[in-house]
Amino acid sequence: MSKTAYETVETDVLVLGAGGAGLRGAIAAAESGARVLVVCKSLLGKAHTVMAEGGVAAAMHNVAYQDSWEVHFADTMKGGKLINDWRMAELHAKESPERVLELERWGAVFDRTWQGRIHQRPFGAHTYPRLAHIGDRTGLELIRTLQDRAVHANGVDVHMEVTVFKLLKAGGRIAGALAYRRSDGSLILYRCAALLLASGGAGKMYRVTSNSWESTGDGTALAYDAGAELRDMEMVQFHPTGMVWPAGVRGILVTEGVRGEGGVLRNKEGERFMERYDQERMELSSRDVVARAINSEVIAGRGTPHGGAYLDITHRKPEFIKSKLPSMYEQFLKLANVDITRQPMEVAPTIHYAMGGVLVEAETGASTVPGLYAAGEVASGLHGANRLGGNSLSDLLVFGKRAGDAAAATVRTSSGASKARIDPAVIERAIAELMAPLDRPAGESPYKLQAEIQDVMSAHAPIVRDAPGLEAGLEKILELGRRSTTCGTGGSSSTAFNPGWHTAQDLHSMLVNAEALLRSALERKESRGAHARSDYPKTDEGLTSINIVVRKLSAGMQVNSQQRPPMPDHLAEVVHHSYARYTPEATE
Amino acid sequence: MDVANLDLQIWRGDGKGGDFASYRVPVREGMVVLDAVLWVQANMAADLAVRWNCKAAKCGSCSAEIDGFPRLMCKTPIADYGSEVRVGPMKAFPVIKDLVTDVSWNYEVNKQIPPFTPSEKEINSSEPWRMQQKDVERVMEFRKCIECFLCQDVCHVLRAHDLKSAFYGPRFMVRIASLEMHPKDVLDRRPLLKGKAGAGYCNVTKCCTEVCPEHIKITDNAIIPLKERMDDVYFNPVRTIVRRLGGGVPKTPTSAE
Repeated sequence: MSKTAYETVETDVLVLGAGGAGLRGAIAAAESGARVLVVCKSLLGKAHTVMAEGGVAAAMHNVAYQDSWEVHFADTMKGGKLINDWRMAELHAKESPERVLELERWGAVFDRTWQGRIHQRPFGAHTYPRLAHIGDRTGLELIRTLQDRAVHANGVDVHMEVTVFKLLKAGGRIAGALAYRRSDGSLILYRCAALLLASGGAGKMYRVTSNSWESTGDGTALAYDAGAELRDMEMVQFHPTGMVWPAGVRGILVTEGVRGEGGVLRNKEGERFMERYDQERMELSSRDVVARAINSEVIAGRGTPHGGAYLDITHRKPEFIKSKLPSMYEQFLKLANVDITRQPMEVAPTIHYAMGGVLVEAETGASTVPGLYAAGEVASGLHGANRLGGNSLSDLLVFGKRAGDAAAATVRTSSGASKARIDPAVIERAIAELMAPLDRPAGESPYKLQAEIQDVMSAHAPIVRDAPGLEAGLEKILELGRRSTTCGTGGSSSTAFNPGWHTAQDLHSMLVNAEALLRSALERKESRGAHARSDYPKTDEGLTSINIVVRKLSAGMQVNSQQRPPMPDHLAEVVHHSYARYTPEATE
Repeated sequence: MDVANLDLQIWRGDGKGGDFASYRVPVREGMVVLDAVLWVQANMAADLAVRWNCKAAKCGSCSAEIDGFPRLMCKTPIADYGSEVRVGPMKAFPVIKDLVTDVSWNYEVNKQIPPFTPSEKEINSSEPWRMQQKDVERVMEFRKCIECFLCQDVCHVLRAHDLKSAFYGPRFMVRIASLEMHPKDVLDRRPLLKGKAGAGYCNVTKCCTEVCPEHIKITDNAIIPLKERMDDVYFNPVRTIVRRLGGGVPKTPTSAE
């Protein structure tokens, strides 16, 4: 078979990504009667969702009886500095309890309260203890439960270790996608009536990140190339606590659950510095605040030997730590030779999550391209300028289901879509571009280009930004874009499991995400949530109703400030209401 | 810290054959085997095939044999070895390329295990379920499994005798145990254990427990209790006598199989 020949596979709903959103979407679409095909870059069950540790936020009021969807909604909006899609935040707060209870009926096993209900732990910027959890491996439980549900569902098939590199349209709608098998490079043309993007984030464009190799922003780039609009791309979250030492583990996540269970932050002088940044919420302030606080301490010369802060939970009993934070205990003992029951951890901010992504309709996850849906990290809107811990897993469940339902409904109303003619020239060109690096044995190494992208983003779009830095970064990213068009595979011209070739493909996605981030960050001339600018240090109230949106034009990337419809009065009241602070005495 | 060089020997090849190739890697403090392998990939052998994801021992992707012992590369410090270390693919599965093996058989097995099945009454109840922590903790141990398949790799039934058609392997004994011991599951998987799952093939050498990165006591807490449940139905002498006398009661279960 020639390198450019492809096999055609038909389905109703094509799902890109097998993390929480993809699997929940696949289950929903299959339950609606659609044939579903899930395509993932790794093996099934390895998606980035497994890295989620702390829990899933849902106002079930099992621990604090005062909790309700209203408080969860208000916390989410305030955490997102009010640029969230308020309708998404409302749906999310109302529906997440049901989605969590449903997981339990599918076999998930959560930690319990003494009355046998699902236990909920406190977390940053959540007014009440709200995170349903399983020790500190909630993501694994979620993905395993969904994985088993999906593989035993009727009509769900999974293609593992397959990378999609092009979305295909016919008559203005999504009609399919082109992909290659990582194992041998053979090509597949998927035909579908609806396509659900659930491909996660883009953390890999930074050097220090909690994300895996997969998080190269493929979904946002594919959607952008297909004509979809991207929103809030300037909003990337630095998780306050990543490991900093040893060098090899730099960036690996230290769950917010450590702070949720009572962990305190100190600088090298032993000072509990969060008093200066958020006296009321202290360590459990929102992530943007805690991350900037640690950054400020380090800049002021009060950082730890490896440039971070101390996170200390040694005041808790060893048995408590080992039962509530088992994987943290293991991770530090094994990777850093630190016993967290006796010694403090050294932590610093690490790139963790993209709040921005594909612009979607709140109810359905529909993008601006007909037939194209998005859910989870690849989508945008729910989290606004800053995501609260625990809101990601509930996001996956609530909007994975909604997008899966909507995609299946599209299949019923557009039966002809999967048969419509796709321009063969488009297919041919996309395949030629995919194969080109194989024919450039002397081309630049894709690993080198990838490292340069990471260096540019780390230097030019850091935790605190400014216009000269962003502009210089944009120049460099555009130049890297030009160089990437002639890059090779690092030597081998084989299509058999060739990570050099795969990395060459990922560069395009990373570059689109990087460019969108830099351009959007330049456009938002204020500081808000995760987006902090030293040249515009204040929040501009006039920009509260604005989202930055980018889309692809023939001339290049276009950036627009887009007005959001105002929040209805009844929701605005919910946001601005003053809720009673949580005190453990007030629990049932 | 002084930069020392490591002689990293990585198996290179495919289904047709291959051999160890030697790479000199500069060692940094705290480096794990996966760091060294990825350094080789980025600097010396761009087409070196290796699976990894989380790099924090949570996803179970980077399974390999390090100096012949099944381990996760992301959790194995270089400092545990001398100036030389050998990394090869898992031997119980067919090689695709270099350190990447074809583990698809495991996913096929998982599909054969009847999923979580609560009673009709529980499904239809509108109230959230109540379960006690002590009742779910037993199952939680099994649900820690990250599907690295190192236990499958080390199991001599699969590795030395290639009896994949007769025995599901330790990973799926753990999976079945997590379902059988779930407080709300009502399905009886003992016929499956005796039949296709082949629980009888395990002769309790505990190699699987030894390699489990999640420290699941696979043999003691999953396989032995499952064997006991199975034996209770099929090899219980009292039941056998009752059956032989023509009573026919109690019957052996037939719900799953």
